[in-house]
Amino acid sequence: MAKGNEARTPADGGNFVVDPELVQLLTPDGERVDHPDYSVDFTDTEYRDLYRDLVVVRRLDAESTALQRQGELGIWASLLGQEAAQVGSGRALRSQDMAFPTYREHGVLYCRGIDPIMPLGLFRGVDQGGWDPNEFKFNMYTIVIGAQTLHATGYAMGVAMDGKVGSDDGEAVIAYFGDGATSQGDVNEAFVWSSVFNAPLVFFCQNNQYAISEPLERQTRVPLYHRASGFGFPGVRVDGNDVLASYAVTRAALDNARHGNGPTLIEAYTYRMGAHTTSDDPTRYRIAGELEAWQAKDPIKRVRIFLDKQGIADEAFFDEVDADATKQAIHLRERVLSMPDPQPTELFDNVYPHGSPLLDAQRDEFARYLDSFAGEAH
Amino acid sequence: MAIETLTIGKALNTGLRKAMEADPRVVLMGEDIGKLGGVFRITDGLQKDFGEQRVIDTPLAEAGIVGTAVGLAIRGYRPVCEIQFDGFVYPAYDQIVCQVAKMHYRSRGKVRIPMVIRIPYGGGIGAVEHHSESPEAYFAHTAGLKVVSCSNPSDAHWMIQQAIASDDPIVFLEPKRRYWEKGDVETSGTVNGQLPLHSARVAREGSDATIVAYGPMVRVALDAAIAAEDDGRSLEVLDLRSISPLDTEPIFASVRKTGRLVVVHEAPSNVGIGAEIAARVTEQCFYSLEAPVLRVAGFDTPYPASRLEEDFLPDLDRVLDAVDRSFGF
Repeated sequence: MAKGNEARTPADGGNFVVDPELVQLLTPDGERVDHPDYSVDFTDTEYRDLYRDLVVVRRLDAESTALQRQGELGIWASLLGQEAAQVGSGRALRSQDMAFPTYREHGVLYCRGIDPIMPLGLFRGVDQGGWDPNEFKFNMYTIVIGAQTLHATGYAMGVAMDGKVGSDDGEAVIAYFGDGATSQGDVNEAFVWSSVFNAPLVFFCQNNQYAISEPLERQTRVPLYHRASGFGFPGVRVDGNDVLASYAVTRAALDNARHGNGPTLIEAYTYRMGAHTTSDDPTRYRIAGELEAWQAKDPIKRVRIFLDKQGIADEAFFDEVDADATKQAIHLRERVLSMPDPQPTELFDNVYPHGSPLLDAQRDEFARYLDSFAGEAH
Repeated sequence: MAIETLTIGKALNTGLRKAMEADPRVVLMGEDIGKLGGVFRITDGLQKDFGEQRVIDTPLAEAGIVGTAVGLAIRGYRPVCEIQFDGFVYPAYDQIVCQVAKMHYRSRGKVRIPMVIRIPYGGGIGAVEHHSESPEAYFAHTAGLKVVSCSNPSDAHWMIQQAIASDDPIVFLEPKRRYWEKGDVETSGTVNGQLPLHSARVAREGSDATIVAYGPMVRVALDAAIAAEDDGRSLEVLDLRSISPLDTEPIFASVRKTGRLVVVHEAPSNVGIGAEIAARVTEQCFYSLEAPVLRVAGFDTPYPASRLEEDFLPDLDRVLDAVDRSFGF
């Protein structure tokens, strides 16, 4: 049995059983199904917009992978396969909400209305982020696994201290992380803290089945969403390849948080279709059959079938979306290629808010050293 | 003018109180800092007066203390974290070194982390292991952090306020065995009217040799200077106050005057602050030196069992011995 909607429990001797608690609103075959607790009420336009998001996000991701292969990016962390989890949760955020991403949340970033060029400086190596989290309500990418969950918890504590919870206008915070991160101390501490301080926080775990090469079984013996109960808040597993369910579950958890009801853990059950990053080689640790099983659950294909069957969109629309995505990808490529390299002496900038005499001296000395080569062919 | 006689502990307490009164965004976080007032009572009475939201008893998780403080800082707060003992800071090391220290740099100046991480440090209190360490070099080695240490009640009172008012993340090292030492504090001054936070101070003027120390070793250095008078030697004592950045000009000026330098710290000598000072003094004062720069430091061992700590810790006699050796060149 391929790794799908199952959970391993000690009680059954480690055999897989089908998990009945997976929240799904759109099946892999494009069938709309009801769930007793979660629903969406989208207009046709909104359905089409979600489809466009998914396609554009995947196309921009493919362009970035290509840019890396061509030597224009140092590395790329592809989100291929995780578009629905990211678009669904990203669109569920309200404008006042704050997101703390890992380094793979390009789709969430896009859905926050942020120019997708913003994180590419990091991957090209011209900067290390360089944006203001508060300006975009989207923290800088965090490389250290799980560290950002504590930042999100502290930020959410600050939201509560500011009195910004308890109403429809309340603020909520979302922390993204992966299945591997659930083994980190920081993530478990974030669970404890957000629980005891009742922080307005949603933990959004994209369980893409692998932490680089290590399968989920190396991180846990229980379904990840079950972990929440031990910390004293609800956990829910959603079909992370279902954009509608991802949206509905995230929106409900965020609204719960903003009304002062504390944290929720969402486990978005999905699959990393590509490599961990462009430096990885997944053929060394997973079999082709597994990939094929998940291709059948593709997050975009099911939406397209649904839109088509329901008469919400036609071929002309799908073609136009593809053309739009390609246009955005070309625009992204052009801007990556024209990113200026930083000047050598810029490496001394911004170490401290108000400068440093020691670094000023080092910068001057280094500049003189560089100048000493002026006119030389070296 | 209002001169009060305070212990270092009380001077920190009143300094924290003033900082909290001055800025409502200042919040204290740590283990047992609320009702108990901290294991050393440095936050005594503050939760009662400022409430549980500004003096936060945290879960027992140091990475959590510093990591959530990062989020609070991004939200606009000015967190002051208490790490209960020096040896407990290491679970927070990733958050301090990878997150706190680098946020301003990687955001190209768009994110400031105005955080103070208070750590009671150093030995001499007869404690079990992990309660007597001197971790300053770990933090001084990390760009983006600043590291300071007070040695007396007046500095304790004002430096903690300066650190909280600073936009830098600052590791604030408190000499725990000196918490109960008393001194005069001019409490009616202003934060801006004090010696700048990252300036060294001449604690005692002298002409024959320079002793550089900080934190708990300043008292040892001053006692050595008094004793050296009997041998007819005039020792100048510099209190660094700031470990990173180092205020090197007063050191250079003193060495150019005396020609001899002994650096004293509790932390082991290997790759320590004394090594950095020796290197810089050698670069800048080479022709003024009458002797190599010498170090009196903790040995390159783990901090020993408490019955051995008086052997481990630099004391008056070891400082005088180093001065003798300096004059032997």
